[in-house]
Amino acid sequence: MNVLSYLIPISLVLGALGLLAFLYTVRSNQYDDPEGDSRRILSDDWDDHPKP
Amino acid sequence: MTVHARPALAACPACVAAPAAPVQPMPEGPARIALSLPGIHCQACIGTVERALADVPGVTLARVNLTLKRAMVDAEPDVTAAALVDVLERAGYEAHELDTGALSATQADRAGRDLLMRLAVAGFASMNVMLLSISVWSGAADATRDMFHWISAAITLPAIAFSAKPFFVNAWAALSVRRLNMDVPIVLAIVLALATSLWETALSGHHAYFDAALALTFFLLAGRYLDHRTRAIARSAAQELAALEVPRALLVTTDGDREVPVAELATGDYIRVRPGGRIPVDGEISEGRSELDRSVLTGETVPVFAAPGQAVSAGEVNLTGPLIVRATAVGQDTSLHRMAELVSIAESGRSRYTSLADSAAKLYAPGVHILSALAFVGWLLWSGDMRVALNIAAAVLIITCPCALGLAVPAVTTAASGRLFRKGMLIKHATALERLAEVDTVVFDKTGTLTEGTPKLNAPDSYDRDQMAIASALAKGSSHPLSVALARAADDLGIVPQAVSDIREIPGYGTEGLWKGQRVRLGRASWVGAQQGTETAAWLSVGQNAPFGFSFVDALRPGVEEVVAALHAQSKTVILLSGDATHAVARLAGDLGIHEWIAEALPEDKANRIASLARDGRKVLMVGDGLNDTAALAAAHVSISPATALDAARVASDIVLLGRDVTPIADALETARSATRRIRENFRIATAYNVIAVPLAIAGFATPLIAALAMSTSSITVSLNALRLR
Repeated sequence: MNVLSYLIPISLVLGALGLLAFLYTVRSNQYDDPEGDSRRILSDDWDDHPKP
Repeated sequence: MTVHARPALAACPACVAAPAAPVQPMPEGPARIALSLPGIHCQACIGTVERALADVPGVTLARVNLTLKRAMVDAEPDVTAAALVDVLERAGYEAHELDTGALSATQADRAGRDLLMRLAVAGFASMNVMLLSISVWSGAADATRDMFHWISAAITLPAIAFSAKPFFVNAWAALSVRRLNMDVPIVLAIVLALATSLWETALSGHHAYFDAALALTFFLLAGRYLDHRTRAIARSAAQELAALEVPRALLVTTDGDREVPVAELATGDYIRVRPGGRIPVDGEISEGRSELDRSVLTGETVPVFAAPGQAVSAGEVNLTGPLIVRATAVGQDTSLHRMAELVSIAESGRSRYTSLADSAAKLYAPGVHILSALAFVGWLLWSGDMRVALNIAAAVLIITCPCALGLAVPAVTTAASGRLFRKGMLIKHATALERLAEVDTVVFDKTGTLTEGTPKLNAPDSYDRDQMAIASALAKGSSHPLSVALARAADDLGIVPQAVSDIREIPGYGTEGLWKGQRVRLGRASWVGAQQGTETAAWLSVGQNAPFGFSFVDALRPGVEEVVAALHAQSKTVILLSGDATHAVARLAGDLGIHEWIAEALPEDKANRIASLARDGRKVLMVGDGLNDTAALAAAHVSISPATALDAARVASDIVLLGRDVTPIADALETARSATRRIRENFRIATAYNVIAVPLAIAGFATPLIAALAMSTSSITVSLNALRLR
């Protein structure tokens, strides 16, 4: 049962990472324009160099 | 650009969805310009629009939001929205300026984001605690079980403190005014579950309800979030409608005209109103002759002659010549605003409606408390063990948790509002769907609601082609709505206009010219020497011959016949209530097969008629667009206004019809009825689960496993049932 003392913290940390990633996406307005973002990925305007 | 008056309807408690926004003073530094782009639909559009905008000198950043069909532009202060609209129109996209002051989306966004974060935290915590609980249920014992319980407690307590805060706040607000709402039993269940579980854990007991408390919070937050999103979508669409009317006026000053926000106008200012523009203030005409369309104020379709010295009211539309108006009342003092007082009086009746959720809560909240208190007292007396009794009381509260009840209404309204939005109806008010389902009488306004508010030549075939040809030539020289309609009718019949020379428009009267050496005139009856009839007409006189009248009717909106027929088929009473002249209303009612109609109704008459119908126990749906309908819209059980309506009318109504077509109204009644049926079904499903699980809980057989199963299955069934809505 000693393995639990590793596995439980690991699972909690992984879960918390997921939560933090989600919170980051919410805070940085990544859900404002779902339709536009799904189309923008198809545009090749800035493929060679990033948008200035 | 049309000039619009925007009344500040501060006295309207139901206008959360479309707050009347004050005009923002122009900000210093780089300006933010919002453009509405109804035509964009693909990734190529995004690129084209952004590139076109970025190429305009002075634009620092342009970003398109495809979901909202909107572009936000950061630019130097000297870049005007009109210039950007031109650029986009040259690029092939329809664009409209949006009033950035009216787009206060950020605040709603913040509330939504806040709920989403709480939902995410609750979801994360409940998944982890559920995993730990599963190992307890599948046999973890002694020290392992205690450790799992302690870890669960360590996750649950902070998670609940953060996620369930909205419930705590709402419950406290209700309790502090000595009332019960849905949040009181929720908070009680959460707190009691946490307290008994902590106590059990400390005594290394078998049953802890940490997972149940978290799942409860998660499901309820999901309901709240759905509810919030539905309303946020409606609010942002309603805001966009309001923002499309940028309220500006042309102020006449000594050094030329200046465009100013309507809010900055003062009494005594001289304002220029171009043909086609709406008069922004109450005032008196000081210069110019024209005709005024007062249909939005009174419902009458015949244009009124306007000459210097005549009083005008905000909201009237100037038709032919430019006018200069001296303002006698601005902003809050205009007749537009006085109408708002009528609205606030009428509105008090509607706030008495109790939503299905509230009436369920009223039955449910005390019932749950009594049941769990009885279980506690019963077990305490029978076993004498405080710990057992408290455990059972907590189990009863958790099992009867209102998860399913909390999801029952929002899940259905989200589905129904989404469906109706796709059909072109915007549900602004939270309980509008439920009220719509109860409707048994539908009252229509005529001008602008059933009709488009634009005239159409009556029976074009019945006129003499030669006279049509002369009239058409004269009509092409004017932008008056009657002239435009006449010219279009002649073109449709393939009539070639006669050669008429020296055509000039005399604002307020008509157009005249020379035809084969004779003077020809097309215009008002009195001007060409005819007798003014009751119908909307333009008169043609050729030389000294007797004048000849062209009569016009108001064109029907598409789908009007279908809607009236569908409403009759649903055995609803249909009433036509108009401010227009009797013969026009009678003819329309006859054409549509509406038996009950009232003409020449004043705004008060309309509101009183609605009130008397309500006293007879009728549930009235009012459909109207004008200012004269505003009080009636507010007095009705539920109300719909078209998107073309004045801001005041849209604010007063619960539902906005986005397109020109009125057919969605009949569908909406159908959808509302099936939505209400689903809500009631959901309540029954939730009750059925309780009927099975509560006896188990009271008898003391409930385990955390049973609680978790009952809670999740009932919530999921309710959500799935909501998705069945068609």
